[in-house]
Amino acid sequence: MIDFTLPSLGADMESALFVAWKVAPGQRVGRGDVVCEVETQKGVVDVEIWEAGEVVELVAEPGQRVAVGAVLARLEPDDGPASPPGPPVVAGAPLDKAPSLPPVMEPEAGRPPAAADMRRAIAAAMSRSKREIPHYYVGHELRVDKALDWLEARNRRVAVDGRVLFAAVLLRACALALRESPSLNGHFVDGAHQPSGMLHLGVATALRGGGLVAPAIRDADRMGLDAMMARLRDVLGRARDGGLRASELGVATITVTALGDLGVQTVWGVIHPPQVALVGLGRVLHRPWVEEGRVVAARVLHATVSGDHRVSDGLEAARFLNALDAVLQTPETLP
Amino acid sequence: MTLRPQTLRRALEESLLAVAPEADLASLRPDRPLREELDLDSFDFLRVLEQLHTRTGISVPEADYGRLRTLDEAWRYLTTR
Repeated sequence: MIDFTLPSLGADMESALFVAWKVAPGQRVGRGDVVCEVETQKGVVDVEIWEAGEVVELVAEPGQRVAVGAVLARLEPDDGPASPPGPPVVAGAPLDKAPSLPPVMEPEAGRPPAAADMRRAIAAAMSRSKREIPHYYVGHELRVDKALDWLEARNRRVAVDGRVLFAAVLLRACALALRESPSLNGHFVDGAHQPSGMLHLGVATALRGGGLVAPAIRDADRMGLDAMMARLRDVLGRARDGGLRASELGVATITVTALGDLGVQTVWGVIHPPQVALVGLGRVLHRPWVEEGRVVAARVLHATVSGDHRVSDGLEAARFLNALDAVLQTPETLP
Repeated sequence: MTLRPQTLRRALEESLLAVAPEADLASLRPDRPLREELDLDSFDFLRVLEQLHTRTGISVPEADYGRLRTLDEAWRYLTTR
């Protein structure tokens, strides 16, 4: 018999309000199944279980305040002997277990919660980031005509529900460019950088009515462009309508902030601890560009990296931005 | 498919409300960019178009996005499709 305990969804999270069970005693559950809902300072979150087996006993009751680590239920696992309780705390360990690191930035989740609570949570995370992380900033101007034209041609060939947004193209390009930049990926924990073998791309998104969430697209390096678009739609939809999952919070290994069409030219962002970098993407601008000695009209975009100087230097961030540029100049490599 | 204006109007309004449920369409300025009036980003705008497609069968190609910037323009565009 093993215990299913409440995972931590944020460094300053000590407890949560138990809301509801989605399973009953006697029911079989699989790894990744949502088994209950809890409410945190910043909203209602679906919590998944990472063991397969049969639910034996439900311990937590709706309306009860439960501490992080408290037993919510007991389960008879399929695999025989009990695994050690709680998630593994090893950097680079499969991040499909409950978040193993104490993320300070609690990407807000679930139904749009009280604005004041969310603001307080953002304040705490951003203050800690500025206090503890020595930021450096590097920026580059990228020409995006080829990528935009390529995307337009591609979208013309599909129905409206098959369209890929430029935002997905940018995320896909970031994922490809990050392959060679391990010092921009991972978490800083206990005084050291723990590079991650995985790429979980946090996507900063504004909620209607105010607030900010940055749920992660897990294994962003292992999905093509169409899959990235599908995941983005799914995650953004659930972020705004409520329904983010515990496995999407606190697990991002790097975050991208793209203010998009309503945004500005350049974003110099604040790293979400315990991550070690943040990519900022401005909106597409029409600008003069010098091509073979002549001035032409071009569409450009400012891309920046905010980096943790304990972990990386400007040169590594510059390499990433140049790799991003190279990917966007060869859009046929995106799918 | 040619829809009656009332049906088309309702479909347009429902598509907008599906994505911006808190919107007060009556007080929306019809000559101002929808994206600003309703705080729509490219993701939201795509969702509006998908809703419209589901409700009316009208598919708006990306090349025509510039012709639906305001509520008035969107209405004019849809009634000619």
